[in-house]
Amino acid sequence: MRAGSNRIDVTVTDVVVVNELVKRFHFERTHGGILPTFSGGAHVVVEMRDEGKTRLNPYSLMSSPLDTRDYTISVRRDDAGRGGSLFMHREVKPGQRMVISNPVNLFSLDLRAKKHLMIAGGIGITPFMAQTAQLAGRGGNFELHYACRNDALATYADVLTARYDRRIHLYRDDHGEKLDLEKLLSTQPLGTYLYVCGPAGMIKWVRATAAEAGWPDETVHFEHFAAPQPGKPFDVRLAVSEVDIRVGEHESLLEAIEAAGLNPPYLCRGGVCGQCETNVISYDGKFLHNDHWLSEEDHRSGCKIMPCVSRFEGKSLTLER
Amino acid sequence: MGINFKQETFRDDFSFRNSPEQVRRFPFPFHEDGYMYSVNIEPHVPGAKNTVFEHLFDVDEHYVSEMHDRALVLAEDPLRCQSLPHMTLAGWDTLELLMTEKAKSYPEHFSLTRDGDKWHWVNRPLGIDDRFTFGDTSTLPYDPLEYITRQSQGDFAVLDQRDGNLWMDAGIVTTQADWSLDFDIGMNFFEWHAPVPLAHEMGVFKRALKFLMALQQGQPARRHNWTMTINPRLDTSPENYHKWGTDRTTVTPENVGDKVHLRVEIQMFFRLPRSNALLFPIRCYLIKMDELVTSPKWARRFHRVLRDLPPELAEYKGLVRYRPTVVEWLSKYDDGAPTSPGFGPD
Ligand code: HEM
Ligand code: FES
Repeated sequence: MRAGSNRIDVTVTDVVVVNELVKRFHFERTHGGILPTFSGGAHVVVEMRDEGKTRLNPYSLMSSPLDTRDYTISVRRDDAGRGGSLFMHREVKPGQRMVISNPVNLFSLDLRAKKHLMIAGGIGITPFMAQTAQLAGRGGNFELHYACRNDALATYADVLTARYDRRIHLYRDDHGEKLDLEKLLSTQPLGTYLYVCGPAGMIKWVRATAAEAGWPDETVHFEHFAAPQPGKPFDVRLAVSEVDIRVGEHESLLEAIEAAGLNPPYLCRGGVCGQCETNVISYDGKFLHNDHWLSEEDHRSGCKIMPCVSRFEGKSLTLER
Repeated sequence: MGINFKQETFRDDFSFRNSPEQVRRFPFPFHEDGYMYSVNIEPHVPGAKNTVFEHLFDVDEHYVSEMHDRALVLAEDPLRCQSLPHMTLAGWDTLELLMTEKAKSYPEHFSLTRDGDKWHWVNRPLGIDDRFTFGDTSTLPYDPLEYITRQSQGDFAVLDQRDGNLWMDAGIVTTQADWSLDFDIGMNFFEWHAPVPLAHEMGVFKRALKFLMALQQGQPARRHNWTMTINPRLDTSPENYHKWGTDRTTVTPENVGDKVHLRVEIQMFFRLPRSNALLFPIRCYLIKMDELVTSPKWARRFHRVLRDLPPELAEYKGLVRYRPTVVEWLSKYDDGAPTSPGFGPD
């Protein structure tokens, strides 16, 4: 059930150092023409060819959906990660040709909202860059609260403040500024929808506080791509295709399945979309579930795994793939 | 060379017919001698010449007459087209998709000139020549969804995507197989599918929803569905059941060939870029039994499908009353010879 071509050939037109941790990348179509229209909150999957390995990482589009002559993404360097962000930071240069996917939106605006209340932490600011541009173009009502470590790491706070002025509220840790979330949530007009993107702890805090304050689930939107974690190598039998694979330390199970020549479905590669869900046929060992898709019951049952982010430790694992 | 648009009716004297060329391109829906529900979704990629899949949005010889029939339905019942307030942006997405594809596929009939948000749309078959500002509803005679779907064959449902589900929050529905937009508006995927038998238990809807939620722009998909209709009537709606329900009692061995129609729906799925909504066009094709049996393979196969259809499906599709008469009539065209696999005629 997978549809036609999903890949777009692009050329890197600019790489901008935003601060000590973040670089911004601009892409245009290699063969000219505008890129597909998208909606604020969408991401693309960027293909990285790194010494014989292909890595596919999702990044939120941060450019304005109203102007698709180019796409821009911002990548925060993660020195402890598996190398995707390091590859972007070290290897990607202007003029380079790359391949990205069509945009997909798993964090879209709810257009029924009378007001959009946005809460961002750190690099979680990027989807809001596109959403605020989309809303501002249509006279939409929004307010953005943005928490960061310090001025130097307040990625795009200056741009946002210049564009939207008092609709942007900044909270800097090193200045002891703190978002009073309870108060903020209790003073919102009827018809307000809440969006949060940032570190896991922040998303948990915002969701819990909103639930406590009586916000219905459907008014609270969050985006949290889990980055695949490195871990100990493990062996897997793919029963349907009758192949045995080994998942390396810096490789996800999904990547190892792909490296074996299979073409399993995926969209987010961050444990949220559900596409890569795979049945477990048998196992002897322990699952390291890192996804946000399966229920706790699914996790306990040992019947399912999300290969884009989850791993395994033990003697044997057989999957229905 | 353009399409030769016919003048015909889908009501009263029912003058609808397919030309021989149109019969040959009919999207016969059975790839084998039997039928059961399945998650029959495939990529919607342009197909072979002289098939209904040649272009993303097929325009055929019935176009002008179908649009006239739609206008008649809407004049009687404006609730056939509805759009909840948050769906206007999806309406503009729909307008853009339909205009750009039509102009690209059929330049002799449609043209679109864009200068920023100043658009100029020409629809020659319907005699329309309009200039408007993209995004500004006040520059069009209808809201964007109604404007463009009054010029597009088939029904359209527009689904908002949120809370892990799809919601039928806009649409235009005048050529439907007995379901109602006014009833379904605001419902989610499981709610509007509630009347369908067997498929829920088979897990069809759960898997289908998961696929649709993940559908990406630029990668449309399609599936087909089928039923039968007595007389070539497009508007078999619950609202007008009193006008067509009794047609089902009028089938006799003598009139099967002319009166009984196989009704095939090509249903498509498009992700809309600005709104992240899902567009679901449902394009209906009708073929008379007399026309269908001009293909020996189709005649044999449809006889077998209809004869062996599970009773729950026959009941749901409303065929129970006239099925025996039609099966009997079709049996004359089935010598028991094997049929080749696949959709095409032998
Ligand atoms: C989001 C797009 C879709 C819309 C708007 C839609 C809408 C509908 C509606 C309104 C009905 C009639 C229900 C009634 O009796 O009132 C129906 C029937 C049905 N739908 Fe869907 N549907 C969609 C997608 C799908 C998909 C993806 C599948 C399966 C893969 C599916 C399978 C069916 C089946 C099997 C029936 C019964 C049809 C028959 O036997 O005639 N639908 N659908
Ligand atoms: S690819 Fe989205 S959950 Fe694994």
